[in-house]
Amino acid sequence: MRRIVFCLLLLIAGPASAQDLGAVLEVSRDQIAKPSRQTIGPVIDEIAASGAGAVTFLEAWGDRRLGLTAEGRFAIVDGEATIDAVTGARITEEVDLLRPNSGVRGLIAAALVPAQLADPDPVRRQAALDALGRDATPGHLPALRQALQDPDPGLAARKARLERLLTIRFDPDPAARVTAIDSFDGDDGTDVQAALSPLLATSRVAAASLPETANIAARLSPGSDDLSPDAAYRLLVDAGLARARLTEADQKSALAAHIEGDQVAGVPVADLADPAARDRAYAALAQAGTLAPAATAEEVEAALKAHVFADIYAEASPEVTDAARAALNDMAFRKRVQQGADLTLDALSLASIYFLAAIGLAITFGVMGVINMAHGEFIMMGAYTGYVVQTLVPGKTVSLIVALPAAFAVTFLAGVVLYLLVIRHLAKRPLETLLATFGVSIALQQMAKNIFGTQARPLTAPDWLGGAISWGEVVSISTIRVAILVLALLFLGLFLFITRRTRLGLNMRAVTQNPGMAASMGINPDRVAMMTFGLGSGIAGIAGVAIGLFAKVTSELGSDYIVQSFMTVVVGGVGNIWGTLAGAALIGGLQKGIEVLNPANTLAAQTWMILFIIVFIQFRPRGIFPTRGRFVEG
Amino acid sequence: MLIRKYPSVLIFLGILAAFTIAVTLMSQAYGTGAIPTSMVKTLGKTLCLALAALAMDLVWGYAGILSLGHMAFFALGGYMIGMWLMYARTGEIVAATLANAPIPPTPMELQQGITSQIFGVVGSSDLPLTWAFAGSLPMQLLLVLAVPGLFALVFGWLAFRSRVNGVYLSILTQAMTLALALWLFQNDSGFRGNNGLSGLQNIPGLGHVPQATLSVWFLWASALALGLAYLLASWLVAGKFGSVIRAIRDDEARVRFLGYSVEGYKLVIFTLTAMICAIAGALYYPQAGIINPAELAPIASIYLAVWVAIGGRGRLYGAVIGAVFVSLLSSWFTGGRAPDLNLGPFSVQWVNWWQVLLGLAFVCVTLFAPRGLSSVIDAITGLRHPNRRGQDLGPDLGALREQEAEA
Repeated sequence: MRRIVFCLLLLIAGPASAQDLGAVLEVSRDQIAKPSRQTIGPVIDEIAASGAGAVTFLEAWGDRRLGLTAEGRFAIVDGEATIDAVTGARITEEVDLLRPNSGVRGLIAAALVPAQLADPDPVRRQAALDALGRDATPGHLPALRQALQDPDPGLAARKARLERLLTIRFDPDPAARVTAIDSFDGDDGTDVQAALSPLLATSRVAAASLPETANIAARLSPGSDDLSPDAAYRLLVDAGLARARLTEADQKSALAAHIEGDQVAGVPVADLADPAARDRAYAALAQAGTLAPAATAEEVEAALKAHVFADIYAEASPEVTDAARAALNDMAFRKRVQQGADLTLDALSLASIYFLAAIGLAITFGVMGVINMAHGEFIMMGAYTGYVVQTLVPGKTVSLIVALPAAFAVTFLAGVVLYLLVIRHLAKRPLETLLATFGVSIALQQMAKNIFGTQARPLTAPDWLGGAISWGEVVSISTIRVAILVLALLFLGLFLFITRRTRLGLNMRAVTQNPGMAASMGINPDRVAMMTFGLGSGIAGIAGVAIGLFAKVTSELGSDYIVQSFMTVVVGGVGNIWGTLAGAALIGGLQKGIEVLNPANTLAAQTWMILFIIVFIQFRPRGIFPTRGRFVEG
Repeated sequence: MLIRKYPSVLIFLGILAAFTIAVTLMSQAYGTGAIPTSMVKTLGKTLCLALAALAMDLVWGYAGILSLGHMAFFALGGYMIGMWLMYARTGEIVAATLANAPIPPTPMELQQGITSQIFGVVGSSDLPLTWAFAGSLPMQLLLVLAVPGLFALVFGWLAFRSRVNGVYLSILTQAMTLALALWLFQNDSGFRGNNGLSGLQNIPGLGHVPQATLSVWFLWASALALGLAYLLASWLVAGKFGSVIRAIRDDEARVRFLGYSVEGYKLVIFTLTAMICAIAGALYYPQAGIINPAELAPIASIYLAVWVAIGGRGRLYGAVIGAVFVSLLSSWFTGGRAPDLNLGPFSVQWVNWWQVLLGLAFVCVTLFAPRGLSSVIDAITGLRHPNRRGQDLGPDLGALREQEAEA
């Protein structure tokens, strides 16, 4: 059945002068034995057109089962048996197997496509479609059109799509091609892109005048942004339309070759440090006929004026190139939109990380006006607590569930101890507190280095946090970042609950607004400050676990985030959770936004972001949401 | 007049001169050789750090502005002088290479050779605009003062104008330092990215002078700069200007209501100290030999504040003592020369534990001895702080504490 269909196909698609397989093989035996990708194409076409036995022959050749006997007969090895490729007779003698390279095998596979497209086995039809998608020639288009009918609806759809793609590439009728291009409207497939992009390939030409029929992409004038005068003149030289210019290096080597004594054409060598002297010496040599005169500046100018420069499409039909360009522009626009969505997700994720890292800092700064420089080290302590818990508790999920409260407890205690030992004694001295907590910070950081070593420790997320959630090809976010976002939202809720619905929150707000009055109403500001400090530190510990899950845990983990956390607090405004949220969103969004403008350079993004913040502080010195009230020190 | 008011100036200058002469007499170049050249360099660098600490004391101890960015000006000064050192030195090497060619090089070729030598490492072949004056020593010396000075002027004007002070100002200066460091870290900023500038210890035109001699010359220059800056600082704080900035430190609002331009005074002291820091940096980095953006890390500026605090802020000699003491102790501990402390089952290796000790010692100084090492001198001279019943000198955040004040 397969053979019959193949023969039918050949009758329709193949060349009329089909020869017998044996004759073809006889003529091109040497080329088949040692094929090269550049020259074997016509031979393969002839074999494919040669009728009975051709498909078997080509399949065996492509599978490296084809061999040559000592007397030059082609033999096909099929399991145990070896048969003659032309006659089908059994062969007993030694066979030397041919080993065509992958390029040649690709050509063989392409030649087999028409037969395979009509194969009764769906798997073979699928494979043939794959091969056609990769490597098609104009001859395949009619073959495919003949075989569009398919019992399998999935394959039929693929065939139809492939037919339209090949129409774009190979159909002789521009109108049909434009229709095919338009039919892909809204489709962002890479195969469509691969079919369209080559249509817009241009070559840059320089000529006295452009041919009437040329499909011009753009006329260029020398000296514009797209074409510098130097590049334009180089085009002319390459096209043989002008004489080459003298480069400084050429001039130098030419002069060096003509040194006589300590002079070059009457100019002393010592003077040649001056470019004008070099020109003089070269001109003298050229006048004497020793050297070829180079193109002068006027010649260059005239040559540039006398010629036109343009980018010309390789594709002849302007309708097709216009349609292809429009389709590609649409595609690029849709991709931009998706990238924008992806970026928003990234910014949101970064903002949630900054929010988690900064929220503890904001609480302590708001209630006590104290910047805790050791906050970053509390984040690090949380991460290391997570690491230690993970080494002790088996099971990633369980250890994570244990690690979060453990990190909170450890850093809560550390915060309370820091408050009792240091900060309480420096009440109303925020600058001294800043420096003292910096001392604590370097001590803690070095201690972590001494205990855990300088190399990064892993804090692995459980498998259910390992993947990514994606929409389409471009928009995606890793699950772990979603988890951090959720965690940040949880803490926002928790914080709002504590400040608005609990006794501690009431006291905290009272102390923030007016410590003196709060104290006279029976609130112990010292105790409230201690609890606040502990709470802020505890949240830092949890942020540490969250950050450790996607970044490596090192002793410098905290200091990587601390400056951004300060920025978040300063930009957001003190003592207001919404301010911290807005600050984190602003900083995260800004950083990602600037990265888009200059994607290769995250350092530049951070620099610009900090500069922006410095300017921002000019206009809102107390942050986005400043604390208001009579007792706010200002 | 100045001497009568501050007899300590003479003592300080005497000690500095004696120290410089002693080191010279024990150096390899001009004396017995008891002090190796590397140690002479360390001492010279320490004098530069003391100079920076002096500037920090002026701006923090006297004006109450806790700047966490003065090491950025220090490094900028180093970069400015480093540009000339590297350019001129590479120029000498390139000229020597091209002299062997049959045809003498044009100035253009010479410059291209230098550029590709310096910037090849960051994959660039064009001389950045920032290096336009790199070939001229007087221009770069001017830039040592001008670039950090202008930078401080603009930044200070923006910050003081919008009344940013206290913790906000500290964080803002830290952000400025970080931004500058990140910018310098980029390869296309024109300062060789994280490679920094290197080979600065080779002074162009002085290739024949051995490093042993050069190190002593730089020690003299550093000591001279420190001595002059000390005189300048003493003169500044002794006069009316000093009274005003001290008053701004303790109660800014009251000074403003008395009719003084607080912003102007702050701006002058901020810019002046930035320029002193730049001079210190310009003397420091030729002795260190290499500068890279890591030198601008915000932590370096905090260390500067730590030195001043440990030495005792609000006294000029305190800043110098703190910087010299801590940086020499630090290099002794981290150099691996300190003996291990044996605590039975656990032995303390100072290379690893020095930072912990420094951090905790700093916390203790802030808590228990606000005057830092100066309290030793106060005890010797019989100085006692005034009894203000626990009140600080003023309501502002930078005001001196009761224990810090001089009677």
